[in-house]
This record gives sequence, C-alpha cells and structure tokens, in this order.
Amino acid sequence: MYKIINYLSEMGHSSIRRIIAASSVGTMIEWYDFYIFGMLAKTISVEFFPAGNPTAALLSTLAIFAAGFIVRPFGALVFGRLGDKVGRKYTFLLTLVLMGGSTFLIGCVPGYRSIGLLAPVLVLLLRLIQGLALGGEYGGAATYVAEHAPSNKRGYYTSWIQTTATLGLFLALGVILLVRSSMPEANFTPEWGGWRYPFWISLLLVGVSIYIRLNMSESPLFAELKSTGKTSVNPLRESFQHRANFKMVLLALFGAVMGEGVVWYTGQFYAQSFLETKCKLDFEQSRTILLWAIAGATPFFVLFGWLSDRVGRKWILMTGMLLAVLTYRPIFGYFLENSIALNPDATVITLPNEMYWRFVGLVFLLILYVTMVYGPIAAFLVELFPTRIRYTSMSLPYHIGNGVFGGLVPFIGLLLSTSFPGDPLVGLWYPISITALCLVIGVLYLDNKKDETVMD
Amino acid sequence: MNTVKRYFGWIWMLLGPLVIYGLVDAATRYIDLSGQKDINNPVVWIIIVGIFTPIAIGLMIFGWYAWKGDYDRIPHSAAELEEDPTRRR
Repeated sequence: MYKIINYLSEMGHSSIRRIIAASSVGTMIEWYDFYIFGMLAKTISVEFFPAGNPTAALLSTLAIFAAGFIVRPFGALVFGRLGDKVGRKYTFLLTLVLMGGSTFLIGCVPGYRSIGLLAPVLVLLLRLIQGLALGGEYGGAATYVAEHAPSNKRGYYTSWIQTTATLGLFLALGVILLVRSSMPEANFTPEWGGWRYPFWISLLLVGVSIYIRLNMSESPLFAELKSTGKTSVNPLRESFQHRANFKMVLLALFGAVMGEGVVWYTGQFYAQSFLETKCKLDFEQSRTILLWAIAGATPFFVLFGWLSDRVGRKWILMTGMLLAVLTYRPIFGYFLENSIALNPDATVITLPNEMYWRFVGLVFLLILYVTMVYGPIAAFLVELFPTRIRYTSMSLPYHIGNGVFGGLVPFIGLLLSTSFPGDPLVGLWYPISITALCLVIGVLYLDNKKDETVMD
Repeated sequence: MNTVKRYFGWIWMLLGPLVIYGLVDAATRYIDLSGQKDINNPVVWIIIVGIFTPIAIGLMIFGWYAWKGDYDRIPHSAAELEEDPTRRR
C-alpha cells in the first residue's frame, strides 16, 4: 500500500497528463467509431439494408437496437471480468483493437447489390462487435485514470474521460462533413464512394492510439493486487451474487446512472432531433445550434469534475437532474413556440439571427445539465467499488444507464407521441419521469461522502 | 431518515411489476406486422421487454434491500463492504 502511495506521490504532472491523454484519446476514438455508423445510417441502409427485403429489415433492426441495448451491457460484463482478472491495460487495448478493426471492416464490406444478404449479415456482426467493444472500453479508461489519481483530484482527472463522448461526436461530425464537402454527392454515395472514408480513417486513428497505449504501464493498484495474488477469482459472481456488492451496483444504477443516461441523451441527441423534426428547423441550423452549444459547454465537464473533488459528487449530480426535471418542458416549449408555431404551414423554418442565438443558449443550458450529471460520474462510480471488482461492477450500471435508459429516449418518445398525439411535448415525459425517479432515489440513498482512497 | 428510506422500498418493489405490465401491455397494443414504425415492430418489442424485465426485477430487489435496511448506512471502503453483515445473508 505504501509503495503505491509513494508511486502516486512521485508521479509528475507530465506522467499523469500522458495517462489521461492516452486513455482519453482511445476512448474518444471508440466513440467516433460508434457514432459514424449512426451518422451515416441513411447511406448504410441504402447500401446494406435495402427497403422491401424483410430479412434485411430484420437485420437492420437488430443492428440498431441490439448493438445498443443488449450488446453494450454484455460487453461491460465480458470485458469487465477480463479487466478485473487480466488487467486494465490489456483489456482496454483489446477493446480498442476490436472497435477499430470492426469499424474499418464495415468500410470494406461490399454492398447488398454485390454479395446479397451476406452484406447485411456481415455488417450486423461487425456492429455487434462495436457494441461489445464500447461496453468494455469506458470502465477500463475511467478505472485506469482513477487508479492513477490522488484522492483530491480524482473527479478532475476522470472528467477528461467524460469529455470524450462529446469530442467523439465532434470528430465524427467533422470528418464526415470534411469528406462530404471535398467531393460531389455523386462520388460520396455510390457503393464504393466517399462515405466509406470515415470508416477507413478509423484504422489510422486506432493505430496511433494503440501505439500510445502500448507504452503505458498497468494501473499500480491492479499491479499490486496481482503481485500479491489478491485479484478476484470470479469478478462476475463477486459483483452480482454477493449482496453487499450487488446492492451498490443497484444503487449506482437507480440512484445515479439511470438519470444521468437520459439527461445525457436528451441534451445531446433528442434536442437536435426535436429541432429538426418537430420545430422543422433547416438541416444546417439544427446541427450548427448543437455544435455551438457543445463547443461552449464541453469545458464544464472538467469544471464540474473539479468541483466534485471539493463539494462531493452527489449534489452536483442531483442539481443537474433537478434542473432537467424543472426546465425540460419550458425549454422545449419555447423551441416550438418560436419556430413552427409562428408559421404552421412551413415545411422548413430558418430562424432569424437573434432567435438562432437564443436557441443556441437554450441548447447550451441543456448540455450544461449533461456536464453536471456526466462530469463527476466516473469518479463517483470508481469510488463505489473495490479494486478487485471495480471494472466489472462499474461498467454494467454505466452501460445500462446510458445504453438502455438513454438509448430508449427516441423510442419511448415515439410511443408516447403515438398514444397522445395532442401534446407535441409528450415525449419529454419519459426523460422527465426517469430523471425524477433517479433524483428521489439519489437524494434519499446516496451519500455525499467522498471515498478518500480507492486503493482497496 | 432511515425509516423513510425503508418505507420507500415498498414503492420501488411495486414499481418493478408495474413497469413490466406497462411494457407488455404496450407491446400487445402496438405490435402490428403491417405497420411501418419502430413501435409496430415485434423484434424491437422483444428486445425491449427482454432487456427491461431483468432491470425491473433489479428495481424490486433494490426495494427489498431498502426495506430490509441495507441502505441505512452506505459503506465507504472495501473493508466496510467486507464487514457488511448483509454480505453473509
């Protein structure tokens, strides 16, 4: 134990910066890989899942829903177990290789017109591998950074990992826009057109990240545990069958991550889709509003991570959720009142300059809530569980919260708006009620006391 | 406060079956093989009901633990987790 304390105290600023950078860049690239599939979904569906073929439609549904809802949590279990038995470093190297490899290969699969049903089958398999890898990556990166951080900077250091999901979205959007703008549409959409380039670029990005990560050493806490033979023999059983650990997994899920997941998804994805489909904003405005808002809000991930080291994690998380519950309907109502309601017959609305910036300000506010609930969450999760089962125990609730609860925001929104077509804001009741439930559980049961040591 | 935490456990235990009932009910109402939307697609509902049922059961277990007082005091270290009397239940 003293050896580890000495190691951490002797570690310079440049070392910790290298550790944060190596972990964050890899995680950002994994998010990039995961997002480009969604962003190019329209082209992908034309090339691999043609309309009118029921088998291709089934495979398409599985690629969209199974990758997020089933495979991500399953990946958390598979790689979490590996990370707690073999080590953090090699596990999150493996997830990076799987993610980068499968993304590159999606870009190499010939279209449906060339190889028939084999095309959607291959793409589905590769998409499932992507989901699996994403499920294993986050827990490894967060654990690795946290296990290198002193207790008074754990929130600050791990908050850099929290920026990666947003930066990955930025990178994906940037690369796609760059490729798209560098060629005419006729060169972008064909079977072997430019839409494949973002997938191929992944190989280069992942190669660089693997090189950086290979030069990193194992987490000192895990290395110490391994050298003394104290690693868990069966992390899955220890995490989920021992009541004392399992109750903390349930508390993490229902008292924090469930609400964080829906706030994250509503701010970063649902808002943009709402502006485009309900408010009828033009394609470019709906995207640039989001980009400006994200650019302004991203530093707040780090600010709230830093603040959580001073005031504790709980009340920052809970304040973000409370603000979301109280203001979602007024904010989204304002969007409607100042767009389509002013001109109900319009098919596309272009906002005047002043209103455009008001919309940017409000989306910024929505993403600010995301930074409050997401910035401190890695440190919060790491501190709940002991080193020997940390990777497994924190990964599962994280991916259920974000993948399942967050990922269902559009589906439940559609379900509610079909059931109650009179209220255009009815889809918001899902994120509001899940966040409110999580808020009540979090306020009642979570403890604001910061775990001084994660070396146990 | 601990009494409140414990009594709220009943709410979480009741919410679990309500969620499962709500999902199955919605699935039977909206599945439509001739429909075009995601909410008409049986495969989507199978995935969602399949993944949410264990989560709802998890909420019931959470409620049960709350009712039994497992969350009266949250452990702050691995040593406290080891000493936790609930570990041997």
